[in-house]
Amino acid sequence: MELSLELLIKNTIVYDPSNGVNGERMDLSVRDGKIVESVDLNNAKVLDASGMIAMPGGVDIHSHIAGPKVNKGRELRPEDHLRRIERKTRLKRSGVGYSVPTTFTTGYWYAGMGYTTVMEPATAPLETRHTHEELNDTPILDKACFPLLGDNWFIMEYLKNGEIEKCAAYVAWLLKAVKGYAVKLVSPGSVEAWGWGGGLREIDEVVPNFDITPREIIRGLCKVNDLLGLPSPIHIHCNNLGSPGNYRVTLETMKCVKDLAKGGRPSIHIVHVQFNAYAGSGWSDLSSGATKLARYVNRHSHVTTDLGQVIFGDTTTMTADGPWQYILHNLSGNRWVNHDVEAETGGGIVPYQYRRRNYVNAMQWTIGLEFALQVKDPWKICLTTDHPNGGPFIEYPRIMAWLLSREARDAAMKRINKTARRRSILGSLDREYSLSELAVITRAAPARILGLRHKGHLGVGADADIALYRIDPSETDLSKDYRKVRKALRRAAHTIKEGEIVVKDGEVVRVPEGKTFWAEAEAPEEALKDVWQDLRERFEKYYTVRLENYPIGVEYLRRPAPMEIKMEGG
Amino acid sequence: MNTITGVVCPFCGCLCDDLEVTVEKGKIISAKNGCAYSLTKYLNYQKERLSEPLIRKGEEQVPIGLDEAVEQAAQILVDAAYPVLYGWSSTSCEAQHLGVELAEEVGGAIDNTSTVCHGPTVEAFQEIGHPSCTLGQVKNRADLIVYWGSNPLQSHLRHMARYTMGAEGKWRKSRDDRTLVVVDVRKTYTARVADYFIQVDPNGDFELMSALRMGLRHEEIEQDAVAGVPVEYIEEVAEVLRGCEFGALFYGLGLTMSSGKNRNLDAAISLVTDLNKWTKFVMMPMRGHFNVSGANTVFLWQTGYPFAVDFSHGYPSYNPGVTSVIDILSRDESDAAIVVSSDPAANFPKKAVESLLRNPLIVIDPHRTATAEKADVVIPSAFVGIECEGTAYRMDSVPLKLKKVVEPPSSCLSDEEILRRILEEVRRLKEWN
Repeated sequence: MELSLELLIKNTIVYDPSNGVNGERMDLSVRDGKIVESVDLNNAKVLDASGMIAMPGGVDIHSHIAGPKVNKGRELRPEDHLRRIERKTRLKRSGVGYSVPTTFTTGYWYAGMGYTTVMEPATAPLETRHTHEELNDTPILDKACFPLLGDNWFIMEYLKNGEIEKCAAYVAWLLKAVKGYAVKLVSPGSVEAWGWGGGLREIDEVVPNFDITPREIIRGLCKVNDLLGLPSPIHIHCNNLGSPGNYRVTLETMKCVKDLAKGGRPSIHIVHVQFNAYAGSGWSDLSSGATKLARYVNRHSHVTTDLGQVIFGDTTTMTADGPWQYILHNLSGNRWVNHDVEAETGGGIVPYQYRRRNYVNAMQWTIGLEFALQVKDPWKICLTTDHPNGGPFIEYPRIMAWLLSREARDAAMKRINKTARRRSILGSLDREYSLSELAVITRAAPARILGLRHKGHLGVGADADIALYRIDPSETDLSKDYRKVRKALRRAAHTIKEGEIVVKDGEVVRVPEGKTFWAEAEAPEEALKDVWQDLRERFEKYYTVRLENYPIGVEYLRRPAPMEIKMEGG
Repeated sequence: MNTITGVVCPFCGCLCDDLEVTVEKGKIISAKNGCAYSLTKYLNYQKERLSEPLIRKGEEQVPIGLDEAVEQAAQILVDAAYPVLYGWSSTSCEAQHLGVELAEEVGGAIDNTSTVCHGPTVEAFQEIGHPSCTLGQVKNRADLIVYWGSNPLQSHLRHMARYTMGAEGKWRKSRDDRTLVVVDVRKTYTARVADYFIQVDPNGDFELMSALRMGLRHEEIEQDAVAGVPVEYIEEVAEVLRGCEFGALFYGLGLTMSSGKNRNLDAAISLVTDLNKWTKFVMMPMRGHFNVSGANTVFLWQTGYPFAVDFSHGYPSYNPGVTSVIDILSRDESDAAIVVSSDPAANFPKKAVESLLRNPLIVIDPHRTATAEKADVVIPSAFVGIECEGTAYRMDSVPLKLKKVVEPPSSCLSDEEILRRILEEVRRLKEWN
């Protein structure tokens, strides 16, 4: 076994947008898992990467890969597991799945595409022990999870009373207690309403029994996020997701925290924006709100987004947005799983097939791409499908090809619903992403939005997470040869994780454990005392577990990687 | 004297986590807050214990060292062409985790006790879904509780007090705020405290469920009675179901294991799904073993399937009725078995037990069970949740950490540690071959 700690990658063409490197032929030096200036040529293993491009390891900001609802998705879809199998080898555990693959398989397949960091973006705090158990079994990747806080009773009560400091102390405690990384809101207030079978479509409706509006929750958590100095802005799945006309809610949501942005940093990250970019008043006149949202994003610096692109084919939708999943079940007639979580959130799962010939599905497909092509600054977009909601992550290279090549889009356009084709402006958008822009939306931007300073770039000191793809930009016309490019992006020539080669030609050759990040945030001290008082008084009234059994010990994380965070301004 | 609070009870799927266990000189002298079963378990767990590893020599089981027992167990598994690995519902997720890895390593079939309890629930779940929630939702919101084919006052003793009828929640404070409907074939203890009791004919659940669905939609049922229940009463209960603010249906083996099996569950899930047109309604299986839910969970994330997983092809495959352990045994296909914390010899069908005992058999268990008596290799283990730590999942899939309150006997390792050693030994033997 080779155990060389030094690695020299020679003659590769590097795309490292964070450091202004745009397709330059150069060498990359790696020592002890980090990028360094140079290595000792006598000691280093040399990897000749001629004919290959190099990018930082892929970073997925939003992908449902682990935890209770993903596992219920696996349970619901035995037929999904027959589509792809992974045999046991001396190195690899076996597995199955397509839209809801097993954990080991998830790690192998991501690494095979050159991805090295993935975020699980929705976990009910009460059940996050489960999420960590699965993340432990997701090899190779570095990861983190985002606790669902938008319908949390303590948070709604603090915010209702205007107790921002206490709310901040509670959030800091909770992130530590369940080892969570960022603040996630899913259809805030609406999931609590779903506890009674209801839902909130607008951000100024009132949450039943809690006398607070989604707007107040969003603003409150945005302030809390800033007060604690958390590394990433709040991540929000907007209200009224999936419904015609919902782009207005998305606009309102973005606007409502405009004044809270500080120092030019974003204050809000809109997740899977495609699902919240619909105009029109019903399914038959559903149209695109992508242009309007893109215009807003272009004009403002406080918003970032990820795409939530739809891919035609069969998948499994899953979200904490319980009311939406019930609607989707009724719309599609497909199987319905619901799972509400006490005092916190909910969740639903519905298998779904996106059909090219279906008007709404075809519109969804065009809307995602329209948005991606109309937002001028790629640093404001991350490539996602909201896996598995818009489609399985293993199909990302298809989206990459659509963005890189107009011809690829035109070929796909020919096969979609005619009315959608006629109504969409997608055919008139000439823009084609460059490889550098692709590197932004698949690694540099998500790493920056997540505040993972050692990820998403290849500067000295960065984690040596590197993806090499067999693409020679001097010989390849990205636009014409999109099939070839797509193939190359599907199977990384090499994936390097923390300086070790883990993938060769798309096949896993080494299986290290990845790290799990979480936020160890400092809390306002006085407020924290009050929060403890509240927890002791109310926790066991709200929950069915004892307060002492709620926190998750660090022993539950196989490679714990706490991120210490000091409060800003003392 | 030392009192440990917030202890999670390793008995049933309720996983009550409010026990206070007092230990004096290494012995448990009291266990407060728990039910009668819990108390009995804590005070008597050390009775009928296996004290040392055993190996079969002819008719007799004779003591053997732990290392040798592990070697023998590994040898049996390596020599077998198609071993079965069964049990898993009364141990920790950590042990289950290793169990799946071991099954994969030896190319066997692994199954948990869902195969004889809520397997039909899983099959119906896979066909049409399942609207559910955590128990706290029921405690805080439910004004209507239904127990169907389940008798919690004798099976899950604190279920009603902690989570349903007697629980003090945010919007429901007491028994008076909730209505109780019980459906069973006889007037159980639970039925005696019900507001509505429906005595259904044995195996009449599917018909009754269908009639209730008609009742909800105000369709004419052109009979006097369905499954032994007068139609007027069915219609009255249907109105009660429709009229609640938040309803919860809990169901037991009376539904899953009576005639119709997964079809009964199909009907039950359809009923609850229908009810969401008018109100909020959820459902939940009354899981028996304290960590059967964990077994399903761990199997799922590693293999994609909750029980009856076959690794003989080198990857997980699943087909209950073919890959489920009773069926494998009944067809006499397996040639060795390892049983962890379960007693199939005492409750499997005769034909399956005969096949199980005909082949080499390994048992890992704290207790001297009927299966252990017949085993070729017996390895005693520590009680998870009493003598060692581990993770377990409640019936609503909420994971909790089980605590260690006393030391295990010096001869007993945890299931997890024993399995880790067997797995290592299996790998070592395979390297040699």
